[in-house]
Amino acid sequence: MTILTLIPLAGALLAALLPSPRAARTAAAGFLFAALGFALFLALGYDRAAGGIQFVERQEWIPALGVEYFVGADGMSLMLLLLTTFVTPFALLAAGPGIPRIHVVLILLLEATLIGTFTALNFIHWFLFYELSLVPAFLLIRSSGTKAATAAALRFFIYTLVGGLAMLIGFLAIQIAAGTFDLVRLAGLGPSLDGLLCARFQWPFAGALVFAGIFLGLAVKVPIVPFHTWLPDAYAEAPSPVTMLLTGLMSKMGLYGFLRLLLPLFPQRMQELAAPLLWLALATILLSAFTALVQTDLKRMLAYSSINHLGYCLLGIFAVAAVPAGASSASGARDAAMTGVLLQIFNHGLTASALFCFAGFLEARSGGLRGLRDFGGLRTAAPVFAGLMGIALFSSLGLPGLNGFVGEFLIFSGTFHLVPWAAAIAAIGLFITAVFLLNAIQNLFTGPLPQRWAKFPDLTRSEVALAAPAIALMFVLGSYPQVLIALFNQP
Amino acid sequence: MILNATFLAAFLGAALVLALPERWARGVALAAALAGLGFAASAFSGYDNAPGAPHFQFVTQAPWVPALGISFHTGADGISLALLVLTGIIAVAGVLFSWNVAHRPRAFFAFYLVIIGGVYGVFQSFDLFLLFVFYEIVIIPKYFLISAWGSTNREYGAMKLTMYSAAGSALVLLAILATSAASGAHTFDLLALADPSRASFAPAFQAWVFPVMFVGFAVLAGLWPLHTWAPTGHVAAPTAVSMLLAGVVMKLGSYGALRVAMTLFPIGLAQWKFPIAVLAAAGILLGALVALAQRDLKFTVGYSSIAHMGFVLLGLMTLNLSGLGGAVLQMFSHGIIGGLLFAVVGRMIYDRTHTRDIAELGAMGLARTLPFAAATFTVASVASMGLPGFSGFIAEFTILKGAWMAFPPLLIPAGLGVVVTVAFTLIALQRTFFPAGEAPAPPPLPPITPPEKLGALLLMAATLAVGLFPSVLLDPILRSFESPLMRTLIQGGPR
Repeated sequence: MTILTLIPLAGALLAALLPSPRAARTAAAGFLFAALGFALFLALGYDRAAGGIQFVERQEWIPALGVEYFVGADGMSLMLLLLTTFVTPFALLAAGPGIPRIHVVLILLLEATLIGTFTALNFIHWFLFYELSLVPAFLLIRSSGTKAATAAALRFFIYTLVGGLAMLIGFLAIQIAAGTFDLVRLAGLGPSLDGLLCARFQWPFAGALVFAGIFLGLAVKVPIVPFHTWLPDAYAEAPSPVTMLLTGLMSKMGLYGFLRLLLPLFPQRMQELAAPLLWLALATILLSAFTALVQTDLKRMLAYSSINHLGYCLLGIFAVAAVPAGASSASGARDAAMTGVLLQIFNHGLTASALFCFAGFLEARSGGLRGLRDFGGLRTAAPVFAGLMGIALFSSLGLPGLNGFVGEFLIFSGTFHLVPWAAAIAAIGLFITAVFLLNAIQNLFTGPLPQRWAKFPDLTRSEVALAAPAIALMFVLGSYPQVLIALFNQP
Repeated sequence: MILNATFLAAFLGAALVLALPERWARGVALAAALAGLGFAASAFSGYDNAPGAPHFQFVTQAPWVPALGISFHTGADGISLALLVLTGIIAVAGVLFSWNVAHRPRAFFAFYLVIIGGVYGVFQSFDLFLLFVFYEIVIIPKYFLISAWGSTNREYGAMKLTMYSAAGSALVLLAILATSAASGAHTFDLLALADPSRASFAPAFQAWVFPVMFVGFAVLAGLWPLHTWAPTGHVAAPTAVSMLLAGVVMKLGSYGALRVAMTLFPIGLAQWKFPIAVLAAAGILLGALVALAQRDLKFTVGYSSIAHMGFVLLGLMTLNLSGLGGAVLQMFSHGIIGGLLFAVVGRMIYDRTHTRDIAELGAMGLARTLPFAAATFTVASVASMGLPGFSGFIAEFTILKGAWMAFPPLLIPAGLGVVVTVAFTLIALQRTFFPAGEAPAPPPLPPITPPEKLGALLLMAATLAVGLFPSVLLDPILRSFESPLMRTLIQGGPR
């Protein structure tokens, strides 16, 4: 685990020192592929029969504060590690050969912090990487240097940091009450943690307040409506390769937080609050879908579509939380919903990053234009581009046979058993999602080809090669999701 | 003796600088600073942190003016050692960032080394008279350094700073004399005065002498609302002196408050801790808000020092292990980070551009002309915001934890202060180095020189090392609070 974090760090150091930016990019790609290989090696070495957290490394770090260096991975972590190590080189290469050296270094640093977040098992250790990831992300978002990008980056940073502070204070209270930052031990406390908090602070609302603080931090990160307002600007203003990382990976840090922190630590409170939480998830799904419908800017539309898709994950998580773990009648539905959530996390990371990659290709060809109404009929001018991006859009839409379908199907079938009304309302979102994605396909690819795009160049061979693994993975996971499910479902 | 070697090296260096030809001045100064750092570091690594070992080590004790009960008594625990090492690091970095001083370098480095020697002395003195002598040695050279080598409004800044310092030390002197008289023990020895087996000072006496002494020290630590000397003084001072002021001189105040005022007068402390904690929290929030409104980059950094020192004072008032240990760690952390920020603003930028106006700097495309300065300031800003991985995070985090246990309501202004600190730091960083829009043809600036790079790397390495391995400092610091002298401070409660 430590080695995996160190690979991109070493790459960052080397990339910073190499004489030419081109060599730095090549070296960085080498390190990123090494990390991917290593993550695959770990995933294959994971003992599925035993399950649980493996590859544990544990060392004293700051004993005075109860902070340990404590890493390990279970199936969920491994899946996210695979996603991280896959999407990062994808984004780096999508940025093209002219990428400045500083961006190469920042992308490598970002990968290191992401890997750190997905493997840490002590809160402070986790938080270190969670917060540090903001720095490269901030610098990358504002890298185009325009006023709008600068403002978006600042907003992103402040929103997330304030959320992080709320979370930190929450965990401070937990440490004071329970005496540990160890996430595994805290999860072992389970329902009794809430009572411990109230008893320690002699205040019946202490548990609720701590829960609210942690929830706020994660809600900003995912994001959940109404804490999402930083997102569309950041996604739209950042260069497309950076947005691939933001939506593909960084949004997953928030979801991971829900699964790793909030659900195990506050199962009871999640259950009590299930109805309002489900309404928040529904609001996230529906409002973002309707907003996406009226967008005219491709990247903004994709940004809202991202919120929408992550909303399904939240729906599944909150539905699972709504029903007590003991109820045996619901255990199959719980498993289905949870499997769906994890699949959807991976699939969204894959599909959304591919979509933003295509958006980047489009921008590179149109000189920065990316309005949906600016194009049309590209199918005839650039059939390969239209075909591949179409596949990614259909995957996002949830077409059976492609990766997006399985995750959403499992979430809905699980949720329908657990909380039927929520699944029913969320289904409206599915419909709207289909409408705005089809709308995009229609606007971009069909209809008459405007004269100015008559010479719209199709994808080059290297661009096809770049997108091919992602597209291939969409088909593989769409037809045989078992390869991924096997990681987190015990046989 | 190894402790005494720190200030002896500095004073000897000052004498040598004056005696030798001008072209050797900076080399000798660097050698003296390195020697001091070496002595401090070897004392730190030689400190026996085993459970049974004595708390105060490397003790030297000799009578000095026996008729008045004055002795030469030095020694160190974890708190002293952390601050001695800090002084050594800042001293070396300060010389490196003053490599370009052309105006009367001999006098400059001589004054500079005298200040360093005085600071080393304060951090190891256990005789109140000796401590006060060293404390005073620091004040006068500051005036000359600022008024002769400073910049904007230097006479005003120097005078204001000196007046505040002198007023503060007058209060301290008054309190020390009163203490010695009231003890009836005919001694200035801190350990003897604070000996728990001795009858403690009368509550009525403590009730007035504690605030007098505490405020006298805390003026130097930037206690709100007596902080106004700091921003103007920082801005007027030459780079190395701003680094010294923010890096170590402000720590003299908080150190004195902790080591002398708080240990001698626990009853007075108990009466006054809440009002002082409120002032500290006000300093955190108001310092950060005022920094938000600044247009001069050095003023921004200057007010950020007030906010960060507010954390130190808040931590001290919590009287629990977490807050106290965090306060000492924050002294170290802010010393390094504040020093680094001033080095970038004063030396790397101002000496080249001759402006500190954030908007003017933004128009210069500094990220492209001075990439090293931009990278250094980014690291320093991130550290100053208290992001995990850097020293400020652990320090402020433990202080917040201690404050929560001691004064829950004060968590609100302190927490808001953290948010505002992030905001103003980020905005200053962005407007100065990465402004929106394309910069017009940036003026050519001389590149960053090797001594500057060395100094910056030294400070960055220090904040990162403490951020990643805080136990190296935190363990000896926390153990120091178990000594007979400091133990009375802890009011119980969990770590």
